[in-house]
Amino acid sequence: MTDIFELLKGKPEDSDYENKGVIVQGITGSYGSIHAKQMISYGTNVVAGVTPGKGGQKFEETVPIYNTMQEAVDATNAKISIIFVPAKFFLAAAKDALNSGIKLLVAIPEHVPIRDTMEALDLAKQKDAVIIGPNTPGLMIPELIKIGIMPPMPFKAGKIAVLSKSGTLLYEISDALTNAGFGQSITIGIGGDPVNGTRLIDAFEMVKDISDLEGLVIVGEIGGDSEEMLAQQIIDSGFNKPAVAYIAGRAAPKEKRMGHAGAIVMGTYGSAESKVSMFNKANIPVAKRPAEVPVLLAGKMEK
Amino acid sequence: MQLLEFQAKELFREYGISLLDSISSTNIEEGRKHAKQLGYPFVIKIQVPVGGRGKAGGIQKCQNDDEFDIKYPQVMDLEIKGEKARAILLEKMADIKKELYLSIFLNRSKRCYTIIASAEGGVEIESVKNQIIKEIGLGDVSEEIANEVAKEMGLEGITAQGVADTLKKLSKLTIEKEAELVEINPLAIMQDDTVMALDGKFVTDDNANFRHDELQKYQEKTEIEEQAEKSGFSLVELDGDIAVVGNGAGLVMSTLDMLSDNGGKPACFLDVGGGATTESVYEALTLISKLDRVKGILVNLYGGIVKTTVVAEAFLKAYENNLIDIPVFSRLKGTESEKAKEMLQGSRTNIFDTVEEAINAAVMGVKK
Repeated sequence: MTDIFELLKGKPEDSDYENKGVIVQGITGSYGSIHAKQMISYGTNVVAGVTPGKGGQKFEETVPIYNTMQEAVDATNAKISIIFVPAKFFLAAAKDALNSGIKLLVAIPEHVPIRDTMEALDLAKQKDAVIIGPNTPGLMIPELIKIGIMPPMPFKAGKIAVLSKSGTLLYEISDALTNAGFGQSITIGIGGDPVNGTRLIDAFEMVKDISDLEGLVIVGEIGGDSEEMLAQQIIDSGFNKPAVAYIAGRAAPKEKRMGHAGAIVMGTYGSAESKVSMFNKANIPVAKRPAEVPVLLAGKMEK
Repeated sequence: MQLLEFQAKELFREYGISLLDSISSTNIEEGRKHAKQLGYPFVIKIQVPVGGRGKAGGIQKCQNDDEFDIKYPQVMDLEIKGEKARAILLEKMADIKKELYLSIFLNRSKRCYTIIASAEGGVEIESVKNQIIKEIGLGDVSEEIANEVAKEMGLEGITAQGVADTLKKLSKLTIEKEAELVEINPLAIMQDDTVMALDGKFVTDDNANFRHDELQKYQEKTEIEEQAEKSGFSLVELDGDIAVVGNGAGLVMSTLDMLSDNGGKPACFLDVGGGATTESVYEALTLISKLDRVKGILVNLYGGIVKTTVVAEAFLKAYENNLIDIPVFSRLKGTESEKAKEMLQGSRTNIFDTVEEAINAAVMGVKK
């Protein structure tokens, strides 16, 4: 299993420990440039940008821009990249990154065709790389590194891991956690697509052995069965730290896509009831409202 | 998007999957002509993009003109799970021996296509017994796998051949059109042991639409849905009276849940997207103003990179232009929310600190 913390922070003996370089693909686009700036101001070490045809220029007068990922990786030795290109160009950008030695790829675009995601995942598997997303807000270690589009305010360094399919609910629930005194050791946006580069169970494997982890918060939604798989994994692995879940979409009609491409109940596949009952089986309380998450977590900790 | 049965069957026909004769129509005059062409007896089938048609009376046998004149309008006027008839399909009656189940779907957690087959079809997938499940990666179904599935279903001779052949055609269709789900239920064994698709379900990956111009003719959107798409919103129309607006699909779903928990009835789900602007929120309010059933608007925004003052501006503009004359119950959290609250003081927007308070006020407000 990938050691996500080693990818994000490195090893203490590394010269760039806790300062790992990140390449931004699509850095000159309107969306990419806003968020590249935001990441830099959060403290993320953005070492290069890639925009075909704009090689040789500089972003914000400091970050060098390259035409291809290979050039950017050769120049910086970075292992992390974040993609901001339009969905129809995602696959080409992902291949460019993975073939150039990127080991952690954060895929922001929404509306990527499933077949393209599956092809990118196939390549990632061959290259022993991890894809987070697509259609994800990204991931962060609060107060250290942010690779994504999250606003900084809701997050605070701490010892709770938050895994979420939704972006705004990740902010909302992290905000509630922070206000209740629960900082976060890491937050990972899984993404709202039907096929996720990193599924909830994969993200769980990344965080479950954090030595000082004090709790786990899972923010799921209707569609698919990744929450059910995670609940089963938690049962099977004997994970015994306090865990709380929230599931959005209980009131959604069946067979309608609720904003996210993945948020759709087909028959009983993907229903909120199915997810809630599996979490109950795993002895994980499911909050009725986002604000209830920290309350349930505190309750679990007292036991 | 989920295609209608007759649309799915158009694709089946294109790929050489055996079907009974059928013709679709949208009014009874057209239907009468088709009835003559087809000849009695046949089945009248409502065309709606949801399941459970049989139970709801949307599939009726028809023996003669008198029955036709009664049953066609009956079926046409049905509403199933909130969906009105988009068309009526007349299909020849079949003399069948047995009903099978066959589908290929995108297995989200395994990240590959998966076949589900069963010798006991004709019921909803949840009740299909003895399911044969085979993961098939990203590619086509090989001759070998197709034969294996037919054998595991306990079939022999030309029936086994027919099922294997149908399965291969189905997988070609699934892959070429980038479908999320293609289902034949039932796949019938006829008296002569050949097989035929009696029903068809087809769900596309809408994100791949840009590669499939040929599927665009199947799009059936309401005017409001079309406008929402143009503005980059996600909108799902619902049948209640409180419009629910927010940024981010998860947050809006969550607001919908809480509203329903508190006895409110959502009129729509409207996600303005992560990057809300004054223009986009104004556009959202414009769309909602066109929904007659709406008696109040519930707004739940978490301003991150987006400033809530930008949202407040949209409201002020909407009031100034008399776009909205119903109450708005709003929770604006995040960047510059204090300033946004000040801006909206004394306007039609009731501002609340928590979403729970906004929901309670909205539920009470529309009852008045």
